[in-house]
Amino acid sequence: MRLNVTVNGRPQEADDVWEGESLLYVLRERLGLPGSKNACEQGECGSCTVRLDGVPVCSCLVAAGQAEGREVVTVEGLADHAEQRSHAGGAHGTSLDEARQWQARGTDSQTGEGTRLSPVQQAFIDAGAVQCGFCTPGLLVAADEMLERNPNPSDADIREALSGNLCRCTGYEKIMDAVRLAAARQPEGV
Amino acid sequence: MPTNGVPTTLTQGSGTRGGIGESTLRPDGTLKVTGEFAYSSDMWHEDMLWGQILRSTVAHAEIVSIDTSEALATPGVYAVMTYDDLPADVRHYGLEIQDTPVLAHGKVRHHGEPVAIVAADHPETARRAAAKIRVEYRELPVITDEASALAPDAVLVHEHRDDHHIGHVPHPNVVHRQPIVRGDVASARERADVIVEGEYTFGMQDQAFLGPESGLAVPEEDGGVHLYIATQWLHSDLRQMAPVLGLPEDKVRMTLAGVGGAFGGREDLSMQIHACLLALRTGKPVKIVYNRFESFFGHVHRHPAKLFYEHGATADGKLTHIACRIVLDGGAYASASPAVVGNASSLGVGPYVVDDVDIEAIALYTNNPPCGAMRGFGAVQACFAYEAQMDKLAARLGMDPVELRQLNAMEQGALLPTGQPVDSPAPVAELLRRVKAMPMPPERQWESSEGADVRQLPGGLSNTTHGEGVVRGVGYAVGIKNVGFSEGFDDYSTARVRMEVVGGEPVATVHTAMAEVGQGGVTVHAQIARTELGVGRVTIHPADTRVGSAGSTSASRQTYVTGGAVKNACELVREKVLELGRRRFGPYHPAWATAELLLEGGKVVTDGGEVLADLVDVLGDEAVEVEEEWRHRPTEPFDLRTGQGNGHVQYSFAAHRAVVEVDTELGLVKVIELACAQDVGKALNPLSVIGQIQGGTTQGLGVAVMEEVLVDPKTAKVRNPSFTDYLIPTILDTPTIPVDVLELADDHAPYGLRGVGEAPTLSSTPAVLAAIRDATGLELDRTPVRPEHLTGTA
Amino acid sequence: MDFLRPASWEEALAAKAEHPTAVPIAGGTDVMVEINFDHRRPEYLMDLNRIADLEEWEVGEKSVRLGASVPYAKIMEHLRAELPGLALASHTVASPQIRNRGGVGGNLGTASPAGDAHPALLAAGAEVEAESVRGSRRIPIDDFYTGVKRNALAPDELIRAVHIKKADGPQQYSKVGTRNAMVIAVCAFGLALHPATRTVRTGIGSAAPTPVRAGTAEEFLNAALEEGGFWDNGKIITPSVAKRFADLCAAACNPIDDVRGTASYRRHAVGVMARRTLTWTWESYRGAHRTTEGAA
Repeated sequence: MRLNVTVNGRPQEADDVWEGESLLYVLRERLGLPGSKNACEQGECGSCTVRLDGVPVCSCLVAAGQAEGREVVTVEGLADHAEQRSHAGGAHGTSLDEARQWQARGTDSQTGEGTRLSPVQQAFIDAGAVQCGFCTPGLLVAADEMLERNPNPSDADIREALSGNLCRCTGYEKIMDAVRLAAARQPEGV
Repeated sequence: MPTNGVPTTLTQGSGTRGGIGESTLRPDGTLKVTGEFAYSSDMWHEDMLWGQILRSTVAHAEIVSIDTSEALATPGVYAVMTYDDLPADVRHYGLEIQDTPVLAHGKVRHHGEPVAIVAADHPETARRAAAKIRVEYRELPVITDEASALAPDAVLVHEHRDDHHIGHVPHPNVVHRQPIVRGDVASARERADVIVEGEYTFGMQDQAFLGPESGLAVPEEDGGVHLYIATQWLHSDLRQMAPVLGLPEDKVRMTLAGVGGAFGGREDLSMQIHACLLALRTGKPVKIVYNRFESFFGHVHRHPAKLFYEHGATADGKLTHIACRIVLDGGAYASASPAVVGNASSLGVGPYVVDDVDIEAIALYTNNPPCGAMRGFGAVQACFAYEAQMDKLAARLGMDPVELRQLNAMEQGALLPTGQPVDSPAPVAELLRRVKAMPMPPERQWESSEGADVRQLPGGLSNTTHGEGVVRGVGYAVGIKNVGFSEGFDDYSTARVRMEVVGGEPVATVHTAMAEVGQGGVTVHAQIARTELGVGRVTIHPADTRVGSAGSTSASRQTYVTGGAVKNACELVREKVLELGRRRFGPYHPAWATAELLLEGGKVVTDGGEVLADLVDVLGDEAVEVEEEWRHRPTEPFDLRTGQGNGHVQYSFAAHRAVVEVDTELGLVKVIELACAQDVGKALNPLSVIGQIQGGTTQGLGVAVMEEVLVDPKTAKVRNPSFTDYLIPTILDTPTIPVDVLELADDHAPYGLRGVGEAPTLSSTPAVLAAIRDATGLELDRTPVRPEHLTGTA
Repeated sequence: MDFLRPASWEEALAAKAEHPTAVPIAGGTDVMVEINFDHRRPEYLMDLNRIADLEEWEVGEKSVRLGASVPYAKIMEHLRAELPGLALASHTVASPQIRNRGGVGGNLGTASPAGDAHPALLAAGAEVEAESVRGSRRIPIDDFYTGVKRNALAPDELIRAVHIKKADGPQQYSKVGTRNAMVIAVCAFGLALHPATRTVRTGIGSAAPTPVRAGTAEEFLNAALEEGGFWDNGKIITPSVAKRFADLCAAACNPIDDVRGTASYRRHAVGVMARRTLTWTWESYRGAHRTTEGAA
C-alpha cells in the first residue's frame, strides 16, 4: 500500500508498504530516518518513541497505515521542533541562540560541531547521559515532551515520565542529571 | 610514571586542554543525540536483501531431515542455506573451542540453535520462507543440570571432544575444571571456632543490550566480503569467520558499525557468518537484524551457577579457611566457559586474606542456552555467594558485617588463593569505610503532604502500598575483579597514531580496532592523544581491520590496553616529532639538545616553559605516523591440579552499600540508594568513570531483584525471551547512586589507571541481597529474589 | 494482509460483517506486538483510529460512556472523579507511551486475564456496548469474559464503548508486578464501595483463567458491614472482618504458576491487596462520612 505521512514537517510518501509494517520500520527503512531505534519492537523499551500528532508513542506499535495523513516528529526533527516551539512563543522553550551557549565543547572530527541541538539534546551530551546511545533518541523525545508539559518536574515526575524508556548503560543517574539540567536551563517565566 | 598508591601527576600534557583527567565530552555525542549515529541495524544498501535465521524449536534432538524446497520456491527468496551448503571444510567456530556449528549438523543441542538461513527481498518474505522450511526432529533426553550431566548413562552433549580440556575433566559433559588448593583446609577447620555453610543459586542473566544483533554484509568484487558489524572484538570475529567462509583473512573486511551496548554479549559471533554466507551466495548485500525475541537466543548469557561454600573463623573473626565448589552451567557450547571457570575459582574467596583454601570450579555442557561472557565474568557469581557467607559469619560471630570484612580485607602484598601476590594497591577496608561513612538517605521519603507518593514506594505506580508492610534494610558488599585477559593469554592491542598539519593546525589521528560499545574509549583515546602530543584537535578514525587487533572490549581492559597502546604510539610519535624538530631547528637553539622537551598547546616547549617552536613549523608538510602493538605484563596459566600461578595482571575493587525498602507482605522491593566506592587508579575521564560505575551497579541491581532467563528444566526451552517477561530495571527501579572515586595508582599500568567497568557489577548484587535480608530476616540463598521468595510462596 | 481503513463506525461494522476475521487495531499495543513477533498474520487489519467518536466520552447522570479507544492517559487525566478505580488502573498500564495509545476497548477485545482495566470495570460495574450490522447490545461485564483470551463478542461485532457506573463511593486498585513501573500484572485487585446500594464489588486480575469477581467475599463483606452497622456508624472495619474478606478474595482465585509468578504467590498477594484496598477505601469512606456528619 501507499503511505502519506508528514515527518518532521515534511510530507513523505512511501510505496509498496507491507500492511504489517510498523511506523518504525517505515521511518527507518523507507524514509531514511533511522534515528528512532528498534530495541524491542514490543512497546517495552521506548527506544522508538516519536510524537504522533504531538503525543509520544512507541512507533513500533503503530501500524504504518495508521500513520496515514498524520504528523510525526522524530529525534531527527527535535531541534527544529524545539526551535518552532520557542518561536511560537511556546510556554517553555529555549531559543536556539540560548541553546548555542551550551554547544559541545569537544573538538574532534566526530562531534558534528555546529549542529543545531535542542536544549534537551545538549543537556544529554553535557551531563554524560549518552553511553551506547541506543536508548537516547527515544529518551530525548520523551524528555522533551515532558518538559513541554511540566517545566519544573520533581525527580519523581522525571522518573515517572521516563519510566517507559529503558537504558542499559547509564543506570539512569546521568539521564536524571541531563533532564534536570535541561529544565534548569529553560528561561524562567517565559 | 605513576607510583603505587600515589595519585598520578603529569609532566607531559599538563599544559594542554582536553587531556586525561578532564571530563571531556564524547566525540560521538552529537551524532548520538541527533539520531545520525549509524548503528549496525541502521545500515542500508541499495538492492540489499534481508537475512533470516530458522532456529530449533527443541533443545536436544537429532535432525532427521530438512526440506527447504518450498522456502526456495517462494517469490522474493534469493537463497536458503543449511549445513550442507557451507562453502568450506571448516564448519565450526568458537572463541576458544571450535565446537559451535555454523548451522546445525545432524543434531541440535539447545533451544534456538540456528538450523537454516534465508535471504529475501523483504524481512517478511524471509520470515515466511523460513517458516516453510520443514525440519523433522527426533528428540533426545535433555541435560539440564549437574546431576543429569554427570549421570552414568548421561547422553554426551558433544560426542567426540578433542579440545585441550578433555584430558583433565572428570566427565565429557564438563567443559573445564579448575581446582585451587593452598594450605591445609582440614587442619584449619580444627582451628575454627565457627563454621558457616551455604548453598547458593545464581540465576541466568542476560546482557540485554538495547541494540539487537545486526549487521550488513556487502560482497566485494575480489570475491571477498565487507561486514559492517556491532561487535566487541573485530579481529576475533575475523579469525573465526574467515575459515568458515573459505576466504583468506584479507578478503574479509570488517568495519565497526555503531554498537548499541554489549556487556559481554557480543564477544561471541551471532549473525556475522550468516550474513556473509548469504551475501557471498547471492552476490547482494545482506542485512540481518535480530528482533528482541531472537536476540535472547542469539547471544550467550551469564552462567547460572550453584555455589557451595564453607567459611571458618576464629571467635575474634579471623578467617581460618574457605572451601567452595562452584558449578557453572555453560549450556550447549563452550563459548568463554573455560575462562569463566578460571575467574570464578581464582577470585572465589573474594578480597580477603585466608591462607587455607580448597576451591573447585567447573563448567558443564548441558542443553541449556549457551553461556559465556557477561560483565563481571565468573567473579559476579562468586561474589554473590562469598559475600552472603561473610554476612552469615558476622551474624554467627555477633560481629558487625563491615568490621568482619575489614578485619579480613586484603591489602597490597596479600596472596590470592593462586599464590599470586597482589602487587598494586588493594584498598578493600578503605572502600568499605568510605561507603559506610556516606550519609544515609532520609527515612520515609515517600511521605508527602498529599499522602504517600507511590512512585517512591515498593510497587511504584502499581499502587500496592501506602506504607503498609514497608521495612527498611541496609546491606554491604565488596568484591574483586581481575582486569584484562588472564591465564597466559597474549593480551595486546595495537594503535596507529598520525600527526600532521591540517588546515594550519597540528592534528593527531588515532586509529585502532577498538570496539566502542558505549564505554567511551573514543573519548579517552582523544584525551590521551591531547595529553601526549599537546594538540587540541584529535581525529578518531573508525575502527576496522585495516589496523592490528585491539583485543576485546571486555574484562575492563580497553582503557588499560588500547589506552596503553595509544599512549605508547603517541610517545613514539612525539619522539619522532622532536627528532624532526631537532633536525630543523636544533642548530638555532641549544635547548633542543639539552632540555627535556614537551609538546604543549601545539608547541614544543622546554620543561622550564620556554617555547622552542610551533608544531606547525616542526611538521611542515610531513606526517609522522606510528603503528605499534602494546602488551601488559605477561601472565601464566593456573596449574591444572593446584591452581597455583600468576594468572592475573591487575585487580579492580568496589564496595557498595544498599539501602532498600521492602514491602514485607507482598515481597516487593524498592532500592532507595546504592552507594558505591571504587578505586580506579586514575580517572582518565571522571564523568565516564562515574557513568560506568552507575551503569554496572544497576546491572547488579537487576540480577538481585528481577532479571532471570527462565529455562524449563523438563524441556530446556527458554520461557521468557522478551522484554515483557525478562525485566530489566526502569528509571523508577533505579535509585540514586552516589559514587566515591578513589585514585590510588597502579604503577604497572598506564597513568596508574585501573579497569573500571566490571567491579561495580560484582558487589551491587550481594549488597542489595544483604539489605533485603536485613529488612526481612530471611536467609535468601538465591538471586534474583522475586516476590514469591520473600513471602514463602515460591 | 489487507489494511482496512473505515472512515466511520458504519463502515467499520460493514467491513467487520464482510470480513469477520478482520482484526481491529486501535492503540496497537497488543496487535502490533503479535505482528512484530510473527505470532499473528491476520488476513485483514482494520484501523479504528479514523473513527473519532471512539476516542470520546460522555459523562451521564449515572454512568460514563467511554469510547472504546479513549487512551488510558485521558482516563487518568479527565475521569479521575467519575471513574477513580479505572483511573488508578490506567495509571498502572505499561508506560506513558502505551497509555497514550492503548484504551479499554483493546483490553476488552484481547480479554487477557492480565488486562489492567478488567478488575476496575468489574468492581465499578459496567456494560460493554457491542455492535454489528445486526444491531447493538449491551453485555454486562460479568458476562463478558468467557475464557482465557476469549470474550462474549460475536465474530462480526465490534466494541464501541463501555458504560461504566459513576463512582458513588471510594474505589481502589492495586497491581503486583516484579518491577516498579512498566510491568504486566502478576495479579491485580480492584475494589469499589457502593454506599448508595450498600454493597461492595471486587475484581481480580491475572489470578484465574478470566478476570473474576470475588463473589463470596463480596457477600460476606456486604453482610458483615450491614450487620455491624458500619455504613452508618463509619467505624473502623474490624481486623477479623478484613482478614476474612482477604481470605475469601484469595480463595476466589484459581491461578497458575507461570514465568511471572507462582499460583501460591498470586493467591497470597490478592489477599494482601484485598485487605489493603479495603482499608484504603473504607478510611476514605469514613473520612467522607465524618465530614458529612460534621456538616450536618
